[in-house]
Amino acid sequence: MKRIPISALIGLVLTSAYFLAAIFADFLAPYGMAEVVGDVWEPSSAAHWLGTDTIGRDLLSRMIHGGRVTIFVATAATVLSFTVGSLLGFTAAVAGGWVDQALSRMVDLLMSIPALIMALVILSVMPVTVPVLIFVMGLIDATRVFRLSRAVAADIAVMDYVEAARLRGEGLAWVIYREILPNALSPLVAEAGLRFIFMVLFISTLSFLGLGVQPPLADWGGIVKENKEGIVYGIAAALYPAVAIATLAISVNLVADWILTRTTSLKGGRG
Amino acid sequence: MHRTSAGSLAEIEVMFRHPLIGFVAQRIALGGVLLLAASVLIFAGTQILPGDVAQSILGQSATPQALANLRAELGLNEPVTTRYFNWLFGVLQGDLGKALTNGQDIATSMGGRLGNTLFLAGWAALISVPLAILLGLIAVRYQGRWPDKLISGVTLATVSVPEFLLGYIVMFILSVQFRVFPSVATVYDGMPFFDKLNAIALPVLVLVLVVLGHMMRMTRAAILNVMQSAYIETAELKGLRPFKIIARHALPNAVAPVVNVVMLNMAYLVVGVVVVEVVFVYPGMGQYLVDHVAKRDVPVVQACGLVFAAVYIGLNMVADIVSILANPRLRHPK
Repeated sequence: MKRIPISALIGLVLTSAYFLAAIFADFLAPYGMAEVVGDVWEPSSAAHWLGTDTIGRDLLSRMIHGGRVTIFVATAATVLSFTVGSLLGFTAAVAGGWVDQALSRMVDLLMSIPALIMALVILSVMPVTVPVLIFVMGLIDATRVFRLSRAVAADIAVMDYVEAARLRGEGLAWVIYREILPNALSPLVAEAGLRFIFMVLFISTLSFLGLGVQPPLADWGGIVKENKEGIVYGIAAALYPAVAIATLAISVNLVADWILTRTTSLKGGRG
Repeated sequence: MHRTSAGSLAEIEVMFRHPLIGFVAQRIALGGVLLLAASVLIFAGTQILPGDVAQSILGQSATPQALANLRAELGLNEPVTTRYFNWLFGVLQGDLGKALTNGQDIATSMGGRLGNTLFLAGWAALISVPLAILLGLIAVRYQGRWPDKLISGVTLATVSVPEFLLGYIVMFILSVQFRVFPSVATVYDGMPFFDKLNAIALPVLVLVLVVLGHMMRMTRAAILNVMQSAYIETAELKGLRPFKIIARHALPNAVAPVVNVVMLNMAYLVVGVVVVEVVFVYPGMGQYLVDHVAKRDVPVVQACGLVFAAVYIGLNMVADIVSILANPRLRHPK
């Protein structure tokens, strides 16, 4: 922890700023989320820093509240996908045999359909609510986490200390929790950053298509959807979420990169 | 498919003994199995609701009579397996069923839209693939210097923004501020070819930007990997110009991973096209799918999902086969 490279520092500062803004949205946002406070698409002014939106709500407040929704949904879905994906991935690697075969083939099948298409198919019959969205996104993405954690755990499962634990007669859960998990943690943490970004893009895309977070609640994708008509009149309201998503994605990326290089250099450059 | 009439059984046996044919046949069979399993998954995906699909389509206020009618229309009174096989056999005969919302034949309304989508994705592929390989070569040639850094920086920025936002940024700059291209990609049958190209310029640009970054990075990585080899050093010592070394000695040996990543990105285009079509109001498959998800028109969603999955699986299969064919050790068995 002694020397943090400048790029990682920028990433850390920006990422924590976004998370803090999401947590303290109620205190930071000058107006309420669904509060109509001005005219339609007012330009930016001292009262409304980013102007107002398609029905006269303060855009800055909406961006802050929207960021909270985006970050909350993405975080929850990432946690779900990691819990399910890594648990099953470790189990497959440690148990081997038919358990591994069954789980791996199932994941191959799920990954043969593009994530967005699968989500759309499921959402065509499910009620579109925030818990359902988290559930669907998390489970679809768990397949990607499964692949990685199985590969990482398979490398560790052949180590002498795992063999020793097995010979001692430790159970599957103990081997996974005490031997595999601590050693697999660093690549998984770096991956978590990338999965989180993917989730942010995923929920934004779904909301933009009108199949994500429903009004009057809005996330960044929803804000684009609401204000897209303004684009042809030269009103940039729909582009602010682009800046927010891009900076969040890049800063999380920088942090993930740093964690990855830090841990690989610890292990003598094992890629 | 029936080759028995073309040659004697012995000839076929010899043909199949060639390991390459075996590998390729295996991949094709695997693709078929995967597609079949995907059809089960897509069908099951619309059945997982704990309640009743008819109820969720019509909402809570539906009358019992309307519910019963819709159930009969969807065949919900029959068991799931019967419904699946009826659907599957229909699909195999080219009958995708009828849309719930307007009663039109799905295959007919899909035909033109599929053509439009392929037109869009085709142009995006035609532009992005050569461009990505060229940029990859340039990045390797000037590795660590400013052209490399510039290309890497720009591509990192384009992959960090979702497709639909990239679409609006491009629209804002090129069609609102500078009025170069139309902001809405309207195409219709019988439209002159160059008008069509002008109309799809922006969506193609967005799709190119979306896949370019990844393809270029992977090309760069694949060539850099080959650049470590001894024969590259030999070529350098012979005094060849750096660009010639990369293009003539490194690229041919990096062809398998490059082609592989190109195919994977083509598969990614299939998904990117859904969102981009919505942004530019382009009458293609993606727009059709998204519209009908919102209307909860299950037969259309199933049909579109299957078509997208088929294209995706097909492209992945081609990627596998190409990387087998590109391996000279498999091509010339001892």
